[in-house]
Amino acid sequence: MKIHEYQAKELLKEYGAPVPEGTVCLTPEEVFNAAKALGPCVLKAQIHSGARGKAGGVKFASTAKEAEELAGKMFGMTLVTNQTGPQGRTVRRILVTDAVKVRKEYYLSVTGDMARAGLLIIGSSEGGTEIEDTAKNHPEAIIQVPVSAVEGLKYYEMLETADRMNIPMEQREQFYTLLKAMVRLYLEKDCSLVEINPLVETEEGNLLCLDAKVNFDDNALFRHPEITMLRDIAEEDEKEYRASQYDLNYVSLTGNIGCLVNGAGLAMATMDIIRKFGGYPANFLDVGGSATAEKVAAAFKILLSDPNVKAIFINIFGGIMKCDIIAEGVVAAAKETGLAVPLVVRLEGTNVEKGREILSRSGMNIVSAKDMADGAHKAVCLANGGDRE
Amino acid sequence: MSILVNRDTKLLVQGITGHQGKYHTEQMILYGTNVVGGVTPGKGGQTVFDVPVFNTVREAKLATGANASVIYVPPKAAADSILEAADAGLDLVICITEGIPVLDMARVKHYLAGTKTKLIGPNCPGIITPGECKAGILPGYIHKPGHVGVISRSGTLTYEAVNQLSALGIGQSTAIGIGGDPIRGLGFTEVLELFEQDPDTYAVVMIGEIGGSGEEEAAEFIRKNMTKPVAAFISGQTAPKGKRMGHAGAIISGGKGTAEGKIRALRDCGVLVADTPDLIGETLKAALINAGIYNQCRTEV
Repeated sequence: MKIHEYQAKELLKEYGAPVPEGTVCLTPEEVFNAAKALGPCVLKAQIHSGARGKAGGVKFASTAKEAEELAGKMFGMTLVTNQTGPQGRTVRRILVTDAVKVRKEYYLSVTGDMARAGLLIIGSSEGGTEIEDTAKNHPEAIIQVPVSAVEGLKYYEMLETADRMNIPMEQREQFYTLLKAMVRLYLEKDCSLVEINPLVETEEGNLLCLDAKVNFDDNALFRHPEITMLRDIAEEDEKEYRASQYDLNYVSLTGNIGCLVNGAGLAMATMDIIRKFGGYPANFLDVGGSATAEKVAAAFKILLSDPNVKAIFINIFGGIMKCDIIAEGVVAAAKETGLAVPLVVRLEGTNVEKGREILSRSGMNIVSAKDMADGAHKAVCLANGGDRE
Repeated sequence: MSILVNRDTKLLVQGITGHQGKYHTEQMILYGTNVVGGVTPGKGGQTVFDVPVFNTVREAKLATGANASVIYVPPKAAADSILEAADAGLDLVICITEGIPVLDMARVKHYLAGTKTKLIGPNCPGIITPGECKAGILPGYIHKPGHVGVISRSGTLTYEAVNQLSALGIGQSTAIGIGGDPIRGLGFTEVLELFEQDPDTYAVVMIGEIGGSGEEEAAEFIRKNMTKPVAAFISGQTAPKGKRMGHAGAIISGGKGTAEGKIRALRDCGVLVADTPDLIGETLKAALINAGIYNQCRTEV
């Protein structure tokens, strides 16, 4: 799960990290009042994306009046960044924050170190918006320090991080306080990323988290209701959000073949094979192992609600997922909403005979496939307006 | 012969009284697996399909002599169940549960490092030695006894691969799904090593996906240590970058863990890689023919 920058900063502040003064605002009037209190300030559009500055989502204002005018233009604006997709995101909130005079920019993050089953501190003395280019062109400028997820952060690990990032001696204590706060936040709230970019040294010689991003492990949200409350549904793809309400793994894509598959690996392989036959998947959808007929029906309705979908390909190899459950869900959803596009079904695995029987008894117009290649081929032909061969 | 499980495996089912646990216990027994006991806290003394239920793994092990367990416990309690099985000294634990928090698995992984217990999963379909033992949720009927080892990060792609092999008359020694989570028990390299040591496995099919570096490490292991032919498939070749595709592990970041990178690494190490998922069986068959062992691997015509 992702949260906004202002929420990430509030969390970091709770853990003792230095963050600039700021107020999140919903109207130009609120921006005016916040700016009046701060003096010269920066307006930052709050959308779930980085690279906002390049898209026009970060503006400097020297007076409250100017801030209000800029906010008037920024609210409701659609920001397109390299992380939002072509449809972009609408600006609904603006963070009004201190205009900080910056002497130096660092990059600092804590993320999962899957290979060692621990955490990884990633740092660079060359932080800022170009960090991804730095990582690509000067990997030696990026340092990594593994940290145990069981024992937590040790003093020598902080020392090593600071040394390798060339943190001046005057800022060491502040740096250690920040790093401890980041690791503690990560471990206590089940984060998947705590990222400060840039971490700056101000002209006064203080470290400050100028921007912050915090992501969470969805699997652990059950033990953090206070974090779940920070979710902003408006930032999420509408279909992806509906799918998440039913514990379905759904990702919107741009093609015209709706896919309903069990298992993430098979779902990705289904996308691969649709491409092989020249088609384009409209989505990735893994209904998972423990779906009920109700969840399958919800999944099928999400596919049917996508106006781009010209054919649907159901590719199921049942293990924990039983084929009859899939069939029941599909039939129920099709009865309720109608089926206006061709449906290709490939069923195999647990209770396959029961599943096939339910589908054939339903009287629905179903194109059956003998294997996944056959099914993908038929779905591509049908989506392109041809018949099944 | 086979790896990790066979007809001598005495299996416990943790979470045996739950919906999934019950259903798959019956399926495993029908397949011929020797399920000796079940564990559900507070339900000791009951039976499920004539299998005795115990409150703890330690108690179940003492009473039954079990050496392995399969876990169908919900994600909130699954990490604890793995630790309990390891604490009781079981040799093998197979965790089917999907959705365990990453930090829970990090703690489990550290704990297991100091024990003799091997973990398969979590978020996996389990393991099957055809005709002898099925521990997990794999559909038994698609498997045929034989000499090809199957290892996969994805459950349903394991079935897909096995189904294609069986249709070609190529049986399997053992098929194992290692799971889609970023922190897991046995990885590709460890399982490949077991297959290399197993005299009854003549060749291996390996199915990977985008994300992580397990496939690249496996490629290096194959080049250095494997004498048996290996065929592979990597799913997610057309997955858009930066989008998370369900498996927590299946995400491309920073240009690492891409399908192209993994396919290149495997091909550089002499592995035949199927271009598309429908060609997994044919690709393994080609590898068998190249190695001159196709006829030994055919179980029926």
